[in-house]
Amino acid sequence: MAISFDEVEVGTELPAQSFPVTRATLVQYAGASGDFNPIHWNEKFALEVGLPDVIAHGMFTMAEAVRVVTDWVGDPGAVVEYGVRFTRPVPVPNDGVGAVIEVTGKVAALLEDRKVRVDLVATSGGQKVLGMSRAVVRLG
Amino acid sequence: MALDPSFIGRTYPPTEPYEVGREKIREFAVAVGDANPAYTDREAAKALGYPDVIAPPTFPFVITYGAAAQVVNDPDLGLDYSRVVHGDQKFAYTRPVRAGDRLAVTVSIDAIKSLAGNDVLTVRGEVHDETGEHVVTAVMTLVARAADEAGE
Repeated sequence: MAISFDEVEVGTELPAQSFPVTRATLVQYAGASGDFNPIHWNEKFALEVGLPDVIAHGMFTMAEAVRVVTDWVGDPGAVVEYGVRFTRPVPVPNDGVGAVIEVTGKVAALLEDRKVRVDLVATSGGQKVLGMSRAVVRLG
Repeated sequence: MALDPSFIGRTYPPTEPYEVGREKIREFAVAVGDANPAYTDREAAKALGYPDVIAPPTFPFVITYGAAAQVVNDPDLGLDYSRVVHGDQKFAYTRPVRAGDRLAVTVSIDAIKSLAGNDVLTVRGEVHDETGEHVVTAVMTLVARAADEAGE
């Protein structure tokens, strides 16, 4: 069911989602994305460069956050712009549980041509992990 | 050592085209856990008005980051990649990337700054298909953290 521009207003909340991330998730993302930086899979290396643990790829977190928008609108190609700032890493412990990325989104502005700006908030372990996370999406 | 500001505005030659495959899109969608049928089901993509399956919004980074290696590994620029973190990332889409695209990236250096001893490098990738149509612009900021003066 496509979302109509006429149905939304500033402040409309998108359905929040939680995305689990484990070491296996990161290995799979490394393979699919081609980003094999060892900070995303090698704990010894991550600790040596001063990180608290293996951390999730920022681009993985960015990919999860926009799902709140694409799941809401249905058509992923309706996203016209998308940007984030990587403010804090997402440590992913090797405990069989990993981490969870929680994402909320809210319509922040109505734009021309039936577009809206959605501001996203992504947290993990209670800490904000993305800043200035915004998507512009064209609605029906 | 601060990066040479004379590199601001430098544009690198377009990359050899990257051919986007349906299976690569599927692999990426599975890796980010995204079950949207537009990524895997051609009929679902067609119902949305696309000629073939489309790629998730962050997929273009796979192509633009590879292209940015021209900058990152440019010996004349002298970026210390071991100290680099990804600061921010933006995409502006003309249309989604789709299976069958052959995409070339033209990489430019938009900005070089020094903030609190850190080198901040903004790299833009303009992605065009083989007809010359613009597909997406990807802008990323890389931050090379200042060397620890206490010594490592």
